[in-house]
Amino acid sequence: MSNLNFFIILLIIAAIVFFIGQKKAYSYSMFNGGAKLHSLPNYYGYLTTLWTFLPAFGVFVIWSFFESNVSSMLTISQFSELQQLSVDELSLALNEIKILAVTNSSSVSINNQAAAVYSEYLNHSFNLKILVSVLLALLGFFYTYLRIKPTMQARNSVEKLIVYVLFTCALIAIFTTVGIIFSVLFESIEFFSQVSITEFFFGTHWSPQIAIREDQVGGSGSFGAVPLFWGTIFISFIAMIIAAPLGLIAAIFLSEYATSQVRAIIKPILEILAGIPTVVYGFFAALTVGPLVRDFGYYLREIGINLDIEILANLTVSTESVLAVGLVMGMMIVPFILSLSDDVILSVPNAMRDGSIALGATKSETVWRVIVPAALPGIVGGFLLAISRAIGETMIVLMAAGVAANLTANPMNVVTTITTQIVTLLTGDQEFDSVKTLAAFALGLGLFVTTLILNIIALHVVKKYREQYE
Amino acid sequence: MNNNKVELDQQLSETVGKPLINGTPKITCRDVNVFYNQDSQAIFDVNVDLAKNQILAMIGPSGCGKSTLLRCLNRMNDTIDGCSITGKISLDGEDIYSNDIDPVLLRAKVGMVFQKPNPFPKSIYDNVAYGPRLHGIATNNSELDDVVEESLIKAGLWKETKDRLNKPGTGLSGGQQQRLCIARTIAVRPDVILMDEPTSALDPIATATIEELMHELKSSYTIAVVTHSMQQAARISDRCSYFHLGRLVEVNDTNIVFTNPEHELTENYITGRFG
Ligand SMILES: Nc1ncnc2c1ncn2[C@@H]1O[C@H](COP(=O)(O)OP(=O)(O)OP(=O)(O)O)[C@@H](O)[C@H]1O
Ligand SMILES: [Mg+2]
Repeated sequence: MSNLNFFIILLIIAAIVFFIGQKKAYSYSMFNGGAKLHSLPNYYGYLTTLWTFLPAFGVFVIWSFFESNVSSMLTISQFSELQQLSVDELSLALNEIKILAVTNSSSVSINNQAAAVYSEYLNHSFNLKILVSVLLALLGFFYTYLRIKPTMQARNSVEKLIVYVLFTCALIAIFTTVGIIFSVLFESIEFFSQVSITEFFFGTHWSPQIAIREDQVGGSGSFGAVPLFWGTIFISFIAMIIAAPLGLIAAIFLSEYATSQVRAIIKPILEILAGIPTVVYGFFAALTVGPLVRDFGYYLREIGINLDIEILANLTVSTESVLAVGLVMGMMIVPFILSLSDDVILSVPNAMRDGSIALGATKSETVWRVIVPAALPGIVGGFLLAISRAIGETMIVLMAAGVAANLTANPMNVVTTITTQIVTLLTGDQEFDSVKTLAAFALGLGLFVTTLILNIIALHVVKKYREQYE
Repeated sequence: MNNNKVELDQQLSETVGKPLINGTPKITCRDVNVFYNQDSQAIFDVNVDLAKNQILAMIGPSGCGKSTLLRCLNRMNDTIDGCSITGKISLDGEDIYSNDIDPVLLRAKVGMVFQKPNPFPKSIYDNVAYGPRLHGIATNNSELDDVVEESLIKAGLWKETKDRLNKPGTGLSGGQQQRLCIARTIAVRPDVILMDEPTSALDPIATATIEELMHELKSSYTIAVVTHSMQQAARISDRCSYFHLGRLVEVNDTNIVFTNPEHELTENYITGRFG
């Protein structure tokens, strides 16, 4: 019997006890003409099920979570050879033991003996786990079943239990997030013990390549992240310059001017646009927009040379440019801003529109002087959410902006962003404790904190706006 | 059942009382029919005059078309999809539905106050200054200040708000908000003010304040007010009209309508016998 089998059996038991509990409740309602039962019979069934299933399942899950660790600890305590190993060696050995325990190879190494012991422990653990779970299920069942009587407030008890279940689910989601944050945080602290914080946040030179062998060509590694932060901000800025006005104006058109027929056509199209994978935008940027921008750059340079305008004549032009990425990223964000703005504009009460129209305002005056100002906090909130999306966007940048860390204000030039660097740092063969890899975590942390702050501000602003019309 | 309906149609065919007035009316409605989406008619053949500097009260059971007719008088119904109107409505003898009339300018002349106070989420000052700014009523800031002050005084709100003109209008009490909306309407210098149940969201004291205010405003404006309170209609109006199922049943001087109604339906309604 495996864990899954047991889980299914537990579910079946839970379903069966529902009917048992329900039936007992019914039998009371028969005797008393149904009048005296506190709750509907179903609730007694639900309660029986919950009490039978939840404690057993909870113990089962928690036990499964810890059993492998506990077993390996017990195994180690049996073998003095293992106790003498260093931490790294021990974790290697444990890995091997765990693999051997499953594959049953027949060598006589110490690890193999340990593997036998280990799987013995696991076996015991599993049997004990099933036993305890079944006992708990029985206990829970009888605990409820024996208490079922007409005065029992099953409905209220179910309600309480449901709250606990929901709370647990929420807690799991939160713990996962917290876990991610901490793992990133610890790796970052590790990184900052090797590279100074000031260099990372204020250094302008980014070249994380480190010579692995003495004779290899490569830098000593330099981790000034300013060009990355700048690249990210620059691209997001251009994206927002495109997306904010376009999205907002389109939203105004859609919510205030468009007839319902037009709306019915445009809304689904927008949903499709929002669903396009970013990698598609990526090759659109790399293959179509990038070359266009480059040609435009050459054209500008030509003009510069002809007219003797120095800035233009010396323009650095590249196929992978900030402008191309910014433009395409802007297009990607437009539907996002549009639908958020559309929502807030529609949520401005009609009484505002009527009030303005009745004072002799035209439709456009009403929109710009009453509706947009009233919706502005919500719109700004939408913008902030969009910015944090732009900052976190990876694929388009990776495909169309390149990886050269450049500190430039020229939109025709190449830059790189935080997300792109994280990808390049972590793909390929890496040692997990090299500075290079750790740098990715530090970058990730920076990214996370930035978007977190933006999101908090955005949510706060949106919420404040909602309250205005309560 | 069918017989009843025919009977009712006959009963309702002609408006009794004095729908038309001697002298020059401010607003006239002639054979007005209003449709929502072609197939559903909300107003049938309404003929009525609004006299200058008088208050006309419009009463009747819910859904009888009071709001619909009121909103025709400043063409607010233009903003509703599928709403159409036949017949003729004139302001100072001019057909307001003719092509030469700009509905936007018409609405500046015929202002409207709504059932639920709807100040803009702006400061008190900006709420009142909204209309004058749109229509260029003031040429400079001090003139605008004067218009705002004058309007707030007329609306009886100046004393309460003169120290907090920069505070949001939404922060006022319900009754104050409604007076702010009246001030906002007055600031555009309309001839006519339409009010759709202006006190139904207010407590008795705020209601009394507004009623008093309407009494004062009468000398400068022509007012039409929809109300569900017959006491209010009796207290404030000069003439009173009773609507039933989209038809105008009876119009007359208010004291006649309430003491000696001509039509059985009117009598049933004002004596509370209407089911
Ligand atoms: N926007 C609209 N679209 C379609 N039908 C409408 C619309 N507004 C009102 N109606 C219909 O027109 C009729 C008259 O409505 P109206 O709002 O004028 O009634 P009312 O007398 O103001 O009622 P109340 O006293 O409840 O405010 C009703 O039958 C209503 O269903
Ligand atoms: Mg109404």
